Amino acid sequence: MILELLANAISTGVLLGCIYAALALGLAVSFGLLHIPNIAHPVFVVTGAFAATVFNAMGFDPLLVSLPLALVFYGAGIAFFEFYSRIYEKRGESDTMQALTLFFGVSLVIETVLVMQFGADQRSTDVDYVGQSLTLGPVVMPYRLLIPALVAPVMVTALWLYLKYTYAGIAIRAVAHDERALSVSGIDPGWIKRHAFGIAAATAAISGAALVIVGPIDPFAGRMQIGRAFAVVILAGMGSIPGTLAAGILIGVTEALVGAFGSPSWAPAVAFTMLLATLAFKPSGLFGAAR
Amino acid sequence: MSLRENAMDWAVRRTGRTPRATRSLVFALGCLAVLALGVVLTRMVDNPYVFFAGYVVIQYVALATGWNVLGGYAGYINFGPTAFYGVGVYMAAFLVKAMGAPLPVAIAAAGVAGALLGLAMGWMTLRVQGVYFAIATIALVVMAETVIHNIDYLGGASGLALMPPQAPAWAGGQPQFMLMVMLAIAVAFVALARWIEISAMGRGLRALKASEIAAECAGVPTFRLKLIACAVSGAMLAIAGAPYVYYASFIEPGTAFSLALSLNAIAMPLIGGKRSWVGPVIGALLLATVQQAASVTISSELNILVVGVVLILFVAVAPDGIVGIVEKLTRRRGA
Amino acid sequence: MSGPILEVRGVEQRFGPFRALGPVDLVLHRGERLGIIGPNGSGKTTLINCISGTLRPQEGRVLFDGVDVTDVPPHRRARMGLSRSFQIPKPFTGMTVLENLLVPIDQISPSADAEDRAIAVLESVGLQRRAAHEAGDLSQLELRKLELARALVVEPKVLVADEAMAGLSEGEIDDVLAILTRLSGTGIAVIMIEHIMHAVMRFSTRIVCFETGRTIADAAPDVIAADPLVQKVYFGEQTRH
Repeated sequence: MILELLANAISTGVLLGCIYAALALGLAVSFGLLHIPNIAHPVFVVTGAFAATVFNAMGFDPLLVSLPLALVFYGAGIAFFEFYSRIYEKRGESDTMQALTLFFGVSLVIETVLVMQFGADQRSTDVDYVGQSLTLGPVVMPYRLLIPALVAPVMVTALWLYLKYTYAGIAIRAVAHDERALSVSGIDPGWIKRHAFGIAAATAAISGAALVIVGPIDPFAGRMQIGRAFAVVILAGMGSIPGTLAAGILIGVTEALVGAFGSPSWAPAVAFTMLLATLAFKPSGLFGAAR
Repeated sequence: MSLRENAMDWAVRRTGRTPRATRSLVFALGCLAVLALGVVLTRMVDNPYVFFAGYVVIQYVALATGWNVLGGYAGYINFGPTAFYGVGVYMAAFLVKAMGAPLPVAIAAAGVAGALLGLAMGWMTLRVQGVYFAIATIALVVMAETVIHNIDYLGGASGLALMPPQAPAWAGGQPQFMLMVMLAIAVAFVALARWIEISAMGRGLRALKASEIAAECAGVPTFRLKLIACAVSGAMLAIAGAPYVYYASFIEPGTAFSLALSLNAIAMPLIGGKRSWVGPVIGALLLATVQQAASVTISSELNILVVGVVLILFVAVAPDGIVGIVEKLTRRRGA
Repeated sequence: MSGPILEVRGVEQRFGPFRALGPVDLVLHRGERLGIIGPNGSGKTTLINCISGTLRPQEGRVLFDGVDVTDVPPHRRARMGLSRSFQIPKPFTGMTVLENLLVPIDQISPSADAEDRAIAVLESVGLQRRAAHEAGDLSQLELRKLELARALVVEPKVLVADEAMAGLSEGEIDDVLAILTRLSGTGIAVIMIEHIMHAVMRFSTRIVCFETGRTIADAAPDVIAADPLVQKVYFGEQTRH
């Protein structure tokens, strides 16, 4: 009985953790690699989720429709980065912190626009597999968790391969390391950063669709996820893409265990505690290079 | 006239500044005048709505001023002012429920709790990079709310009705008394903020805001100074929350940790101007008064949308807020 | 008290697999004017960071006035009498020039006449007219002067000037050199890191040359100028300028 509970808690935790990793993946690029503390990223994800519900209502599959949406988000991300860098990049590095207030304002505005457009109520998607489950011995995995959770390893692997083997991907990692090194090699670091920020925004479309399959969400759902998303990125170690998956799963499993054996009402505190503990005792994270 | 006197004289003429002692005297008299005005108004006005609205506006002056000690002078953005405010509210609620504590005790206890929370947050996050502090404060609100949800004694998620001690007879009623209390707190906060600003501590904070390394190499103990600022700012935000229990008699996590409160406490100094004590006061008076006046006519969503857009505009175009714009205009005219 | 004012013993610093500095030994005597030269990336700034404490060396010790300060944070070293200026000026923007000088005075040697002292130092570098201006409004030359004024307003025992003359005209270089020479006359030991050879040669009583993190020469200016190794790694490169 207790073993069954444990097995189900762990499997749920792993699935939830994968979804957390998907949420945080864009942040691992914008914050982890570009050092832009985009606290509006979770709101981007929620926007992606709402976009998915709109197309789902027309009969499209939310995950499939999120692929073309990702292109739109890519463009929007680039435009937003232009706006951001016009204001801040030229003012110098000490203003990274002041940039937080800009992202804060932007996330408020997006949230409110969502509320005014869709109302403050929860929205959900309608897909065939919701309600069905995969049963493996004592472990029951509902498809509404399993399918979106599978998105994360796919995204993480794709992004990791992209950063490791493509020309642009290597350039992005080079920017993360040292901007000047790149300008010597003749690549425009401005373009590379725009491109990377666009990719970060694009991931929000896909992970948003994944999020809304898991369960209904309201326009303020991003707020709960800010702490989690940053906890994943920092616990993984700044800029570590595969680490994102491991850190997400670690947080997801811990939350599920706290929920199963403690009280679910304490689950929201898990990510925050892990975030603080990482900052206080191992700021380089699990897989990050010492900084 | 010696060269040195010449330079000092030139500096004084350039800024149009009177000697510091005179300015401080004028400031002190101004504080007293504001307090006296508050007392007179509570005697003369009959409409209780004025007291309730006034309380909210003045509470924002206190919150914005408290936030600015860390966010403005040191440049460390605290995204969770309501975490501290809420801790102040619930500290007071606990003391009222447990022992019917009088207001001064609740205020003192809230101050200690806020300072300790600020110290703990600072100690854990400030040694890495400034950005991490800000991120941790976002999550702090969720954490504080989760903790309160799990304390049945304090009403958990559903809230708690309380019987706080009544106002003394001379005050002329609870709303009048609470308004005066909040006014006294706000005036004390503004005076404290001004003192920090012109003291060595304020110069140290502003220096480390410009460059932590240069400040450190100029002898500024940056880590310690940031910790002190965290503690002071945390204490101020929590103290601003303590009287709420006596003002409202009913508290719940939704209001104690309200998003609108956080948003305003951050937006007001940024819109008013975060470099001096005047900015948060102007920002709070302006924004809160408009919000109170407009609360009947526009929805709370639209309210947040407007504040958000104005915030983005100021952050993008006028990072020194209204005070910065005014300074720029007067300097241009003077030149 | 005698003995060297500053001593660096076997200091080493690696960034990943790349050895940026060391092991380096260096001695600075009281009142000395020491020039440090070397090509870009030879470890000069890394050494200064280890001396001022913004970087903790992975190996070796730093002694200031006979005290081991390897584990002492920068602000305490500043209070012990170690001042530095930065290669890229780091003014306290948002504050006036006068306030910029009050920051170190507040922390290191507060007094009732702090503003007078600050004004006096501003005069000595020719910035008194700018006292009430915001530091962010200064020109490049004025920023370099402010950088120096802020470092020396607390009357340090050692001043480390990191490329205080980069980007200045010949006349402006003479200005800064005059300030540093006057300072050295009051008994302050000065370390000058500089690319402008004639300035270092004129100013220093001794010069150390760095190359790939190591000292390759340590001698009087005329000896250094004649050293074939120094000429090869340094002057060869400098002829472009």
